[in-house]
Amino acid sequence: MASTVVVPSLSPSRRRFAPSPRHRQVIAKLVRVLGAKLLAIAIVLIVWQSVYLSGWKSSSVLPSPAVVFASLWRQMHEPVLWHAIETTMGRAVLGFGVAVLLGTGIGLLVSANRLIGSGFGPIIAAVQAMPAIAWFPFAIIFFGLNTAAIVFVIVIGAAPSVATGVTSGINHIPPLLVRASQTMGLRGIALYRHLVLPAALPMVVSGLKQGWAFAWRSLMAGELLVIVANTPSIGVLLNNAQNLSDMPSAMAIMIVILTAGMVIDALLSQVDKAIRRRWGLTSQEEAV
Amino acid sequence: MTAVFEKTASPAARLVDVRKTHGAGRSSVTALDGISLTVDVGEFICVVGASGCGKSTLLSLVAGLDQPTSGVIDVAGRRVAMMFQEPALFPWLTAARNTELPLRARQTPRETRRRRAQELLNTVGLGEFADKRPHQLSGGMRQRVALARALAQEADMLVMDEPFGALDAITRDLLHEELERIWRERRLTILFVTHNVREAVRLGDRVILLSNRPGRVAAEFPVAIERPRQAHPRESAELAAEIIDRLHRVSSDG
Repeated sequence: MASTVVVPSLSPSRRRFAPSPRHRQVIAKLVRVLGAKLLAIAIVLIVWQSVYLSGWKSSSVLPSPAVVFASLWRQMHEPVLWHAIETTMGRAVLGFGVAVLLGTGIGLLVSANRLIGSGFGPIIAAVQAMPAIAWFPFAIIFFGLNTAAIVFVIVIGAAPSVATGVTSGINHIPPLLVRASQTMGLRGIALYRHLVLPAALPMVVSGLKQGWAFAWRSLMAGELLVIVANTPSIGVLLNNAQNLSDMPSAMAIMIVILTAGMVIDALLSQVDKAIRRRWGLTSQEEAV
Repeated sequence: MTAVFEKTASPAARLVDVRKTHGAGRSSVTALDGISLTVDVGEFICVVGASGCGKSTLLSLVAGLDQPTSGVIDVAGRRVAMMFQEPALFPWLTAARNTELPLRARQTPRETRRRRAQELLNTVGLGEFADKRPHQLSGGMRQRVALARALAQEADMLVMDEPFGALDAITRDLLHEELERIWRERRLTILFVTHNVREAVRLGDRVILLSNRPGRVAAEFPVAIERPRQAHPRESAELAAEIIDRLHRVSSDG
């Protein structure tokens, strides 16, 4: 019994002492990537701490990193923060989901018909260039101070990016693949299913990434402007902190916002990477 | 030669006075002018000519990808498959899934589709590479997959646009043998465009020489060399030299 336990515990340690060149590469890369990130965070914290120590601002206006993280730790043990995250992420998912559906529909329509494309292409570009926050007066008058107003602005902010991703993905399909599909008899819906959608996918995902960035910005702006009664959200918590001049709380919530945005972006980046690898768009691996 | 007596009543393809003009008005370009050609069932025809003589246009017309400006193209309802100089495979699909595409277009049941694709990949010698994606295959292998995909269209006629032009000489030789074998086994009719005269003499029953823009049939050479032609290098070289000589004269005439 004892010997069977010893053997597996030995092998990893042996590997650690004599790593193969491949393992060493992976470890070195991990250290490099993680190390760079940790170093960057450390530098930010050091600068923050030094500014705090310089006594330039009073500690109630600019608290130390330790105080902010203590506040974050305390809030993480209160249900209100988790309710707020739930509400905010719910809005994000709803708004971004609608934006994806609408953006994809518009993108397909615009690329399917040249006349629609030449007419609506510039409008989509104009809407994309317009800061989403400028839509809030319109949304608040139209929908009132409620979730619909926030979701509307998320959709308006994100859908043009999604649509642009879809149209540029379709416009960049190699003409040769279209000709090959024609000779194979792929037409109509089959052509979309087997050629157009998969061929456009890498650029569609880029559009989704950009769309998400806009959606997240619009959502934060919306939650600060449109306070829905009796519904805790990230924006409400941030607003409360401002009203109470509670800087540690405000900064703790900002860290939550930063983290949430980063996590979603990292997820989309992973999808992007996986697709590029599968489509053979990254480095040439194991060519036969 | 004997081919004359083997001619069947209805040809695989008949082109009568085909003319193709790209564009309109002053900027229009005539790519083909008055092409007449009859391709017999089971015949292997090679079309050679300098670049820009409208060879690719000719194939697009026969494949039905494009319509002639005037003249008649009659393939008598035959299915025509096309192969390009580039493999034109879908990069996100494996070799097997690429081969299946024409079958999917015809809504063949999945089981049949899978089996046919594997058979065809075996035919082109890629049975073991069914699960590889195009970027994991060499240029010659990709072109083999493209051939398997063209065969999956179950076409009676195969039109090929310089399909081996981008390959190295050794790979090309191998694919010549494969194509010859598949042509014989499946009794295909092939219209093969190339700018390589030696390749045309290696493969064709007849070699059609097109003149420069606008493309016209400048000359026609029956290839009366017994197959396998690798066994007759001297005759092949002599005929190739004759055609090349003619090609140079046609090109210098403009």
